[in-house]
Amino acid sequence: MNPSVDALRREFGPLIGRALVSCGDTIVYLDAGRVAEVLRWLKETPGQQYNYLVDVTAVEYRDPERPLEVVYELFSLERRAPLRVKAELAKDRLEIDSVVPIWAGANWLEREVYDMFGVSFRGHPDLRRILMWETYAEGHPLRKDFPLRGRFSRAEQVRQALGANPEAHYSMDELSIADAYHELPEDMRERLARGERGVIPEPQRERGGE
Amino acid sequence: MSKRTVEFELATPGLDVRGRPMRVPLGASAGAAVAEAEPELGGDHLLLNIGPQHPATHGVLRLVVELDGEVVVRCIPHVGYLHSGFEKLGEYRHYNQIIPLTDRTDYLSPMSNNVGLALAVEKLLGLEITERCTVLRVIACEMSRIISHLVWMGTTGIDIGAFTPFLWMFYERERIYNLQEAWTGARLTTSLTRVGGMMADVPDGFVEGLRTFCQTFPKTLAEVDRVLTRNGIWCARTQGVGALTAEEAINYSLSGPMLRASGVPYDVRKDRPYLDYQTYDFEVPVGEHGDVYDRYLVRFEELVQSTRILEQALDRLPDGPLNVDDPRVILPPKTAAMTDMEAMIFHFKQVMEGVKTPVGEAYFPIENGKGELGYYFVSDGTAKPVRWRIRPPSFINLAALPKMAEGGLLADLIAINASVDIVMGEVDR
Repeated sequence: MNPSVDALRREFGPLIGRALVSCGDTIVYLDAGRVAEVLRWLKETPGQQYNYLVDVTAVEYRDPERPLEVVYELFSLERRAPLRVKAELAKDRLEIDSVVPIWAGANWLEREVYDMFGVSFRGHPDLRRILMWETYAEGHPLRKDFPLRGRFSRAEQVRQALGANPEAHYSMDELSIADAYHELPEDMRERLARGERGVIPEPQRERGGE
Repeated sequence: MSKRTVEFELATPGLDVRGRPMRVPLGASAGAAVAEAEPELGGDHLLLNIGPQHPATHGVLRLVVELDGEVVVRCIPHVGYLHSGFEKLGEYRHYNQIIPLTDRTDYLSPMSNNVGLALAVEKLLGLEITERCTVLRVIACEMSRIISHLVWMGTTGIDIGAFTPFLWMFYERERIYNLQEAWTGARLTTSLTRVGGMMADVPDGFVEGLRTFCQTFPKTLAEVDRVLTRNGIWCARTQGVGALTAEEAINYSLSGPMLRASGVPYDVRKDRPYLDYQTYDFEVPVGEHGDVYDRYLVRFEELVQSTRILEQALDRLPDGPLNVDDPRVILPPKTAAMTDMEAMIFHFKQVMEGVKTPVGEAYFPIENGKGELGYYFVSDGTAKPVRWRIRPPSFINLAALPKMAEGGLLADLIAINASVDIVMGEVDR
């Protein structure tokens, strides 16, 4: 067991949940409400110095009762020591503090967890989908209740891909830059004003036998 | 790294005190100058969309940049055009069936991906692999690193305007590919490893072929060194461009040559040793400026070091069994499965049920050509993982692109993007 676990217990007491060793890796569970605080302590305290955020990801188990886990894989470049930190989230409240203020590298990793699992990170500067497009409407693909082939039929997916209006391919950030320099086409501006970014037209009725 | 002397006269005013070529100042002040001369043009920014179909973005990467003249004010990358849901697919497959998926993530170094995956599953199983297998996997990893760096060097040369090294690099890559093809039967989708062993032993003539490659490859490297390392244009396009300090590189979780070019001596092969890398004699090159040029120097030196490791591995390649002797993990030979009842049962159980892993989880990092490639498995005791996570080095390295590119020139954005060494199959997975 990694000695950092004892140090954590001394410092934070009840915020630290169970700790276990699996395949030689130490895993320690934290209180999900104060993850950012504990991770900052792990990064900045002499003797711990887990200054390198290897990965942020999430795990959902096949058992639907089991909470979803957000996993932080840490590594200390000073001491060459790894530590895995986890926080459990109830599936009806998938919210946790962002660690982007601590590690800038968490930005895209947290966006990916948001995209794939639907976990929202409080205080993330730019929480948008990253691998799926922003107007993707089928849900969060790595959740266990998401079917392997997606929720929509292939025909529907193609129709949406072809039918999306041009502004669906730009983030609101980019559209506002274009707008600030008067580069936004008039029709796009009108649709945006009506809140129709990424809206896909209803399918046309096929004309039956006339 | 002290190779910073420029041999050729440049069309710029010369070198500054730090030995970098001076440029006509085009930084943020240029915008003000334009605004003064032409008030109706000066303050206007342009939103430019680069990609996803653009040769300089190395695949289907799309960059939306806000430009003030030629200066990049903001750079917003869009990824995901090649998203294939590998991690989701992995949850529906046996461990050995995941190996073909790893070919297709970082498709420029498929063999080391295969090795990483097999090692992660073996960590989950607590399995010791044989000596011969260990050495062969080191060979596979280093061959992959050479392929990956060769493609990087060739395409980055093209992005910056040097065409000749591209041809030499691809010629050398072809020689490695021929060896790889003889070994695995494939140039790209190698699926070389299996849990507990390898798909195949090396064929006749492979060792000699690789030895010849190791002897002749340094000559090509020396030529590339001559045309690039002290080339005035190359230096002008790369030195001081996209520089990151060590703190920034760590803060952005960069890994591999990107991290080491910034002066952080972290190499998974040295610091979290796997296979038997701790017994090889090789150096980990570290840069000091963290710019595109240092990334080039680091990768260049890694090619030399990889050749050294390959030579040592060939010297020590032991005889003996290739796969572990465990019929629950390794398929019996086909003849045995057809004639021997017990072997047939093991064969059937493995094909139908797969290799069952104990409940638990394992994260296994390896040093890929792009950086730290990690596979994270969570198992609930069945033959299919609950979660298969790829820690994608080029995805995480690419996330630092806006930080590096903003405030620079549009032309530098192309050089910086090339220096990250992305492969979109892995970024998007």
